[in-house]
Amino acid sequence: MGLLSDPNRRRALISLLTRLNAPICVVCYMAGVAWFMGLAFEPFTLRTYMSENAMGSTMVEERFPAGERALGTGREFSAHKKKAGGMPVDWLVKTMQSRGLEVFTQRFSRRLPFPDEDKERYMVKGTNVYGILRAPRAPRTEALVLSAPCSPGDDNNQAVGVLLGLAQYFRNQVFWAKDIIFLVNEHDLIGMQAWLEGYHHTNTTGMDWSPLQGRGGSIQAALSLELSSDVVTSLDLVLEGLNGQLPNLDLANLFYAFCQKIGVLCTTQGKLQRNDWDSVSGYSHAVQTMMLMVMKQASGRPWGDHGLFLRYHIEAATIKGINSFRQYKTDATTIGRLLEGMYRKLNNLLERLHQSYFFYLMPSLSHFVSIGYYMPAFGLLALILLLRVSFQPRLLTTYLLTDGVPGVLSVLTPLVISHLTGVALYTLPIHFQEIAVEHFPVSETEAVVLTAIAVYTAGLALPHNTHRLLTGRGTENGWKVLKLVAVLYLAVLLGCTALINFSLGFILALTLVPVAAFVTPDVPKALSAFIMVILSPACTLLFSVFLFQELQEMPVSFLDGWMLYLSVISQGILDHALYGSLVYPLVALLVYPCWLLFWNILFWK
Amino acid sequence: MAAPLTLLLLVAVTVRAALYRSSLADLISERVEVVSPLTAWKRVVEGLALLDLGVSPYSGDVFHETPLIIYLFHFLVDYAEITFMLADVITAVALYLSVKDYNKQVFRKQKYALEADRYPLDCLELIRSPKEMQYIPLKVAMFYLLNPFTILSCVAKSTCGLNNAVIALFVLSTIKGNVLLSAIFLSLATYQSIYPLTLCAAALLYLLQRQYIPVNLRRFSFWWFVAQYAFMYLGSLFVIVGLSFFLLGSWDFLPSVYGFILSVPDLTPNIGLFWYFFAEMFEHFRLFFLCVFQINVFFYTVPLSIKLKEHPVFLIFMQLAVISIFKSYPTVGDIAASFIKHHKASSASSLNIFLVSCVLLACSALFPVLWHLWIYAGSANSNFYYAITLLFNVAQILLVSDYFYAFLRREHHLSHGLYLKRKDGSEATLVLK
Repeated sequence: MGLLSDPNRRRALISLLTRLNAPICVVCYMAGVAWFMGLAFEPFTLRTYMSENAMGSTMVEERFPAGERALGTGREFSAHKKKAGGMPVDWLVKTMQSRGLEVFTQRFSRRLPFPDEDKERYMVKGTNVYGILRAPRAPRTEALVLSAPCSPGDDNNQAVGVLLGLAQYFRNQVFWAKDIIFLVNEHDLIGMQAWLEGYHHTNTTGMDWSPLQGRGGSIQAALSLELSSDVVTSLDLVLEGLNGQLPNLDLANLFYAFCQKIGVLCTTQGKLQRNDWDSVSGYSHAVQTMMLMVMKQASGRPWGDHGLFLRYHIEAATIKGINSFRQYKTDATTIGRLLEGMYRKLNNLLERLHQSYFFYLMPSLSHFVSIGYYMPAFGLLALILLLRVSFQPRLLTTYLLTDGVPGVLSVLTPLVISHLTGVALYTLPIHFQEIAVEHFPVSETEAVVLTAIAVYTAGLALPHNTHRLLTGRGTENGWKVLKLVAVLYLAVLLGCTALINFSLGFILALTLVPVAAFVTPDVPKALSAFIMVILSPACTLLFSVFLFQELQEMPVSFLDGWMLYLSVISQGILDHALYGSLVYPLVALLVYPCWLLFWNILFWK
Repeated sequence: MAAPLTLLLLVAVTVRAALYRSSLADLISERVEVVSPLTAWKRVVEGLALLDLGVSPYSGDVFHETPLIIYLFHFLVDYAEITFMLADVITAVALYLSVKDYNKQVFRKQKYALEADRYPLDCLELIRSPKEMQYIPLKVAMFYLLNPFTILSCVAKSTCGLNNAVIALFVLSTIKGNVLLSAIFLSLATYQSIYPLTLCAAALLYLLQRQYIPVNLRRFSFWWFVAQYAFMYLGSLFVIVGLSFFLLGSWDFLPSVYGFILSVPDLTPNIGLFWYFFAEMFEHFRLFFLCVFQINVFFYTVPLSIKLKEHPVFLIFMQLAVISIFKSYPTVGDIAASFIKHHKASSASSLNIFLVSCVLLACSALFPVLWHLWIYAGSANSNFYYAITLLFNVAQILLVSDYFYAFLRREHHLSHGLYLKRKDGSEATLVLK
């Protein structure tokens, strides 16, 4: 209070901020980036530990014996799948029933807004089959889910085999206090979406599905299994869900604890953890793992079938079997035992998983960075925006007083125009695909993506000096006020984004904050325009695609990268239409218009 | 001046009507920031349904509005949207008229003071010219009508809009110097939500000033006027409460409305300070802290009335702001009501106001985000949401104290000159301590 109301001290503070504005901003940016890179350094991170008491000290024994038989069932499933040319519904129903489960099916159909070329689907029709093992020990008010996808081709047959094997084994145990639902979903996430919406009686995406005939209790946790070989070298844990949501860290801890106990190699982001954190290569390995997590989270798409569970408050993860060229192999029995152990511990839960963190980054499976540690990195970047605002406090009032109505209009028009461009970017691609296909030799998917890029580029060429038409002269303060508004807008926007999805907020802040900080009409036009385009959201996405491939150790040539970029855009639009991912509308309706405002300032006359 | 006002009203009504027709209306009326358990339209509808069934609307724990409101909507339920728009329009027009009238008085006073050479020479720039003052009423009306907070609460059909209208009418009748109407509207406002009780002091001070009765505890005329006003106020309050009793046939509404406001049993999160504390609190401390929290609203009346006894209209503004910060179920509509007078005071010191408005803006954006993270995503918790609530309230308090400071500083400059000198001749500055 004293600082704010005492004019002397306030004046001193303001003069300090005004004089040292540029250096402080540069220092903040450097510090933000350095802080972020430091997060992967092991001494700065915390070791994971089990917070949930119900899953901690209680010992469970894993006795699952029937790995070979499960693989046999998997082969049988594969044969029936080939014969049926899709989900072998009858066979699955019969098999599950013979294992003593209550079996139900759910049909669903969905027409995609435009053909998905990656997964080659347009009109999707499928069936989910699920069996419920009723809890013998307790009122059936809670449930756990184990799911395996029925994928086209030869993928994931073993997963279904292990799932059925576990169902048979679990049926003979008496200690289950929660219903266990064994779900085989078709068409990966679309099937999962239909099943979850059916289970919870919601319909958020306008999909057609038949109502579920049988239900368990409220679902407490879910695991999704992906397994495509008889033996695996390691198991990979996938956590990133829709809109960058993560399950409670205890679920990851549980997986890690059992991998340690049973002696299975476990990875996250496909990277083993290393012990040599003090060497350069060890550190860069941790950075790579963390960066991969950040990029996956920022994409806002579900990276496994578990991703949609998170929306319903259900902690979920995907476990992926990976078979590489290592000597040491793990067989299906061990995987079964691992899952058995995890389910027995989850069975002990007395309340929802809530003890541990929901906001975290993992530089390795045994270490994590919590929100309190990573937020300062974003905070330092956001501070730059606040510093840029703070040195013109009286601007707004003096501007309103001197320039009056035309002044307000000259600031308002760029705001409205850039948002209309954003709306166009959001709506046109899907609506114009038919027209585009008629007039140009492109496929529907290409039409959507290319329209999006065209609208995006057209936005750059919009009339920028509408204020001169309105007022007849360019006001000196006009751009300053516009910049003030734009910087505040960006600060609020990035702040909200970083809260929901830290990674997305941070990546956007990395590129947009410098733009916001340096743009004025007085800087050299051509060079600044070039830098601004490089730092625009679309180019950020392009670089992210290349960086992601680089981090995954699958570098691509420029042309392949470009094709990948186009498919990423189409997938982003599809994710929004199919599952309600928020990244595409966020970028199109808010981030892009905000960037256009800065573009506008650059060309202010 | 009538033409811009009509245009403004048209724009405001169009915006509201458009929002009523859009799909946003349902979403907005569910937001805890916009509606409280007291003012939610859903609850009014429930109360109406109970009334139609011949059951007391207060049976059950859903409906907490006053009987007059429910009988009002008994007739107007089909025209609810128009009623709420009308309430906003009435508020705006009342504010417009009252500010206009008040400006005239200020101007007259200023003229007398100028002629009597009471102002120091160097503070002529602080004196308001008619040209400046011409647009203030319109600005105030615009600020109320086009304020997103007001629009939201109108679209959510929060009955808070009606309360604001009553308070605005009270302000208008007070400034016009109509003692009876002022007392009646004040009692209506009190009847609606207890807290406007604190405006009593400000109204009295203003009316005394207007009738040239000095505030002197030893003078008979002072006590006579106070007694008159108190009689009118209490009498009309009594009549209204009695009317409610006869309409309803029972005293059910007293515990259900006023008990509900004062004892805060509903701890649904909102933008106020109560819910988090009382959700955390041990049951046996509850009564004590309830008293502490509720006294907060009423307590500031005394020091503020003493300090601002020469400026009762500013006192009304301060009181409204205090109520909107410390009341038990605040919504953004209340806050909008408390901002209305801001143009009058903001003659100096705009750094903080800019800063604080930025904070308020950011908070308004963060409320839904953190709510989403807490309730839907389940990844954040109530602490996140409460942190923003605290920040929001701190910003409001800063805003209020800033206006207060600016106002005091202006008064000080008017009496001591703009360029203050210390005793040793160096330039001095004013510090609020």
